[in-house]
Amino acid sequence: MIPFDFEYYRPESLTEAVQTYETLISQSKTVLYYSGGTEFLTFSRVNQLYADAIIDLKGIPECNVLELQEDQLVIGSAVSLNNITESNLYPLLGQTVKKIADHTSRNKISIGGNLHSRLIYREAVLPLLVADATVKLTGNDGETVHPLKDLFNQELKINPGQFIVQINISKDYTTLPFVSLKKTKISKVGYPVVSIAALVKERQIRAALSGVCPYPFRSSEIESVLNNSSLTKEEKIEKAGTLLPSPIIEDIQASRDYREFVFKNTLLETLEALEAAQA
Amino acid sequence: MMENPWFSVGKPEHRIDAVAKAAGAVRYTADYSVPGILHAKLATSTQAHAKIKSIDVTESWKVPGVRAIITGKIFPFHIGPILADRPPLAFEKVRYYGEPLAIVVADHEYQAKRAADLIKVEYEPLQVVNSVREAFKTDAPLIHENSGQYMKIISNVYPVQGTNIGSHIKIRKGDFIKAWENCEYKVKETYSFNLSDHAAIEPRCVRVEINPTGKVVVHSTTQSPFTIKKVLNQFFNIDVGNIIVHVPMIGGAFGGKGTVQLEPLAYLASKAVGGKMVKLEYDREEDLITAPGHIGLEATIALGTNKSGKLMAGQYTYLIDSGAYTDQAAGITRAAAIDCTGPYNIANVWCDSYCMYTNHPYATSFRGYAHPELTFAVERTMDQLAKIIHMDPVELRTINAIKPGNSSPTRTTLNASNIGDVSKCIERAKELINWNEGARKETAEGMIRAKGISTFWKTSTTATNAQSGAILKFEPDGSVNLSCAAIEIGQGTKTILAQMVAERLKMDINKVHVTMEVNTQTDPHQWRTVASSTTFLAGRAVMNAADDAIAQLKRTASIALQCSMEDLEIGGGRVYLKPSPEYGVKIEDIALGYKFPNGHAVEGQVVGHGRYIQRHLTPMDKDTGFGKPGPWWSVGTQAIEVEWNPKDCTYKILKALTVLDGGKIINPMTAVQQMRGGMYLGLSFASHEGFQFGTDGTVLNPQLRTYQLMRFGDQPADYIVDFIETPAADGPYGARGIGEYGVIGMAGALANALSRAAQIELNHLPLLPEQIWNVRKEFKNDSV
Amino acid sequence: MISNGTSKTVVKLHVNGETRDVMIRSADTLLETLREQLGLTGAKRACQNGDCGACTVLVNGEPMHACLSLSIETVNQPIMTIEGLRNSSIQQEFVDKWAIQCGYCTPGFILNCHALANKRPDADDETIEEWMQSNLCRCTGYQEIKEAVKSVLQNHKNDSAS
Ligand SMILES: Cc1cc2nc3c(=O)[nH]c(=O)nc-3n(C[C@H](O)[C@H](O)[C@H](O)COP(=O)(O)OP(=O)(O)OC[C@H]3O[C@@H](n4cnc5c(N)ncnc54)[C@H](O)[C@@H]3O)c2cc1C
Ligand code: FES
Ligand code: FES
Repeated sequence: MIPFDFEYYRPESLTEAVQTYETLISQSKTVLYYSGGTEFLTFSRVNQLYADAIIDLKGIPECNVLELQEDQLVIGSAVSLNNITESNLYPLLGQTVKKIADHTSRNKISIGGNLHSRLIYREAVLPLLVADATVKLTGNDGETVHPLKDLFNQELKINPGQFIVQINISKDYTTLPFVSLKKTKISKVGYPVVSIAALVKERQIRAALSGVCPYPFRSSEIESVLNNSSLTKEEKIEKAGTLLPSPIIEDIQASRDYREFVFKNTLLETLEALEAAQA
Repeated sequence: MMENPWFSVGKPEHRIDAVAKAAGAVRYTADYSVPGILHAKLATSTQAHAKIKSIDVTESWKVPGVRAIITGKIFPFHIGPILADRPPLAFEKVRYYGEPLAIVVADHEYQAKRAADLIKVEYEPLQVVNSVREAFKTDAPLIHENSGQYMKIISNVYPVQGTNIGSHIKIRKGDFIKAWENCEYKVKETYSFNLSDHAAIEPRCVRVEINPTGKVVVHSTTQSPFTIKKVLNQFFNIDVGNIIVHVPMIGGAFGGKGTVQLEPLAYLASKAVGGKMVKLEYDREEDLITAPGHIGLEATIALGTNKSGKLMAGQYTYLIDSGAYTDQAAGITRAAAIDCTGPYNIANVWCDSYCMYTNHPYATSFRGYAHPELTFAVERTMDQLAKIIHMDPVELRTINAIKPGNSSPTRTTLNASNIGDVSKCIERAKELINWNEGARKETAEGMIRAKGISTFWKTSTTATNAQSGAILKFEPDGSVNLSCAAIEIGQGTKTILAQMVAERLKMDINKVHVTMEVNTQTDPHQWRTVASSTTFLAGRAVMNAADDAIAQLKRTASIALQCSMEDLEIGGGRVYLKPSPEYGVKIEDIALGYKFPNGHAVEGQVVGHGRYIQRHLTPMDKDTGFGKPGPWWSVGTQAIEVEWNPKDCTYKILKALTVLDGGKIINPMTAVQQMRGGMYLGLSFASHEGFQFGTDGTVLNPQLRTYQLMRFGDQPADYIVDFIETPAADGPYGARGIGEYGVIGMAGALANALSRAAQIELNHLPLLPEQIWNVRKEFKNDSV
Repeated sequence: MISNGTSKTVVKLHVNGETRDVMIRSADTLLETLREQLGLTGAKRACQNGDCGACTVLVNGEPMHACLSLSIETVNQPIMTIEGLRNSSIQQEFVDKWAIQCGYCTPGFILNCHALANKRPDADDETIEEWMQSNLCRCTGYQEIKEAVKSVLQNHKNDSAS
């Protein structure tokens, strides 16, 4: 149970959401956007999160879109992970988010909430990073569209009051050969030791990783090693290991050394799986 | 002899509780609420070892709805089931992360929680004892400075003042030292695992009220309602007769609900609000770490054989991580000594079993009570010994299997009735797992398939006067009500007891109504529902009650039928004349006495009562362990087949097998359920589970998100269960206990299978891929 | 816009085909409201953290952890709890296949299975596993539950074929 009380608002339009936010902020309240709510609920019950008011985005039509619009796949931020998987509109995304949490939770967890999660994993971001996704935000300066890579540096950097409305992916990416792998400590339901989403575009591997470092990332250095045809697979993996953006983490899921072992295995598996697509 | 058409024992009768459970209609303890009930929440320690300098509740009182706040000062005394070493609310110091410090009582649970979160505690940190090995060191910080002064509740507990030893149990059988010198082959290895948890899906919950006449009414998720009465009487000075404990069905227990923790807290809370009803329902986090869990262990075993592989000497050192308090871990320490050897005949045994205090959450009984733990260590040693001797591990077990005529470590003489047939279990398991077709092979895909075997035994260590009672009360339609304080925790006990009644009274089981709830005021005394003792104890009591009822029915019938009681037989809802069965009287016509056609009535209602008490059990001698701790041993063999991936060290469990000699099986389906569930629990423990401790003794995985259990799909593709039914002469219908047994050999068998697969020695749990990878890496480093 | 302040408010929930008034805080989870206000205690509180599935109910026919929803979020949505499922073949299968021991996980499993049978009647083993992994059982070892689920799906298929 949540020990504190808060106000709840479910606006029906983007402007209403932004206005509600502004009003509440002007009353000096702590306000949080709320979408699937799984993080809000599980964190606030153990006092790791507090809000005077929450604004539920699920009532906003734009945030519930999930469709192809011309050459763009548009995913509303409030769409549940299961809906994304079941739609099969972008299989790499569908397969990656299918490995987050458990099936029942994925009926509730939204993609927007996952991208902005406080946990270090945010696995839904991986397939978006490799697909050069763009993100539509709204806030008190109105709607803006940004390449995801400009907004996502270790975590989602958006201004207070802004929220994700939609994510756009160019349709071309949705049919590319891909691989999605997640390795956990032992159970199929669990945080990743290593999670990887990769695809091949114009024979070039693009890969993003979660679980290895204290944040998800896509690294052009690592990609260029992976795509360097003068190297053997083993050399690529060795080299990639030296190019990580931070030291490998150590936590209750896995030790640093073991994570490194799993990272290398997973990379090998990835390379093998994408070999044909690269040839 | 005429075939009994109403037989029930040995039949897979459906569980009498299943339909209501499927409908979600069973109300468990937490499912009851009444308007006006108050809610309690705990403030718990954020440190593993620290002096409490101050507790400030000022802010908490400001939360609306708060009715009482109490701290350890209110009851600065120690309680405990074996050694009274634990204050219900910490005072002066805290000894584990998650220890209860204060209770807030409020109108709503969220208010109580908010207020509890606002309690400010100032600590003075003390050096943390973070493992049994650290605890054992002579200069280790003391967790209990005055353990020598604690009151002993049970005689077999020996705290050593000035150390972290909460108890030390010894076995000295034969002459180990001399025998060891003469051994041809020897092995000595060390094993370990951390504390873990029962993680029953139902968290613990209790409601307590004190009514104006002084009656304390408790509703609890407990396996031991009569122990609650005892504890409240012993430590809180309430007359036993004034304590009433109600227990509805329980959502899984696994030993974790056998001890008493919440009830005194809720009692203190209720007292603080003038006796109003207070509900204390643990959150999962509290259930995992505040409530007692499953012991950790570090074991060192040395085994020696003669030339032909016959075990001559065994030395066992068990350092049991009991956490901050001894609770049932002190009893587990004793149980580990009693059966230290596993089911092997060894003439010279030396065992030191220590209950060690550490700054970990404390431990209590866990399904198997020391046996899954010691069996893991013993069975790993047996496999490593077999390797040294170059003998097939199954063969090594077979030639050393304990038999009638041998004696146990505590020198109980074994006979066919009290030990069952170990060799037969081994033989059958070997067949069923196809041992002869090879214990390790590589598949075409580069996977390794390997098998592991584990043999086990367990005696049911109950109190020497453990007992049970039963009452049978008839309805005017001839059906019968059974009340007995055995608790339905999911094991199917109520169904089994109904079967015994039906069998004895030769009646349709649908005419047996079992009271599912337990009420200590109306149900006869029952020791506890633990130690796989219930089928045995309650079963004997129920049979006894049935015999009593039969005698009464026959007596009334003899009047109605004008014959002697000896002429009568019972069956099919009637009492009839043996020589001419068509001549008889319906039970419904005599259940409430017999009424003659003229209106005169005789005899009155039939109320059968029965009882059973353990006999000839004795405590153990302090210096040698000599004694008779339990009535019988159930024995068995388990095996596992795994498919292990040498590339990434992950694995799948293909098969899990149990062959158990549980005496007569009363209900083959509930017995299979119990075995599968036990195997699952053992495998989940062995492969997934264990608390992870920070260097400061905090628990890093106090949620099911990170304290992971095996999920649907992780279970073995195939569970195989088989029973050898060597009857126990004094068991009801020849039954022994089976409840705990499925769990016992699983860790040993899994570790043996994976060790064989990876060709390394896996002596630490849990068997995570990382663990296997790590051992393999070290092994490779060692061998270069 | 639906909104609710910090004091308690009466809202309507659609549960098991009935419209019910409940008085809630914004912070009340669906699990708390079902159990404490409507007496629908078939939804169990076992982790309140989305980890165990004991609280599973159906919202709009989809399995949801009732502990991961605010009550206020579910206003205007059909909710089904185990109490709304009476004498279904699923319940019978769980009984017949010995899939019940302590019964604490049972309502969650049954509702999840019910949704699976409705949404994915042709589910293969992998899908069954994916769905059922959301629920923990500590007593059975899952074998009997698996048999029950498979048999439910099979019956469903047979029913729709005939
Ligand atoms: C059982 C379980 C298992 C889990 N396992 C995993 C796992 O394996 N891997 C993993 O990555 N995660 C895992 N998680 C964490 C999970 O990913 C987060 O709880 C979830 O992603 C949050 O999504 P939500 O929609 O429920 O978020 P909410 O709780 O609604 O929001 C989360 C955060 O995002 C913000 N937010 C919500 N919507 C938007 C928006 N449109 N724009 C900007 N900010 C927004 C909120 O303000 C909040 O700060 C698990 C969670 C559970 C319950
Ligand atoms: S109580 Fe909701 S998932 Fe455990
Ligand atoms: S039957 Fe007990 S948890 Fe599943």
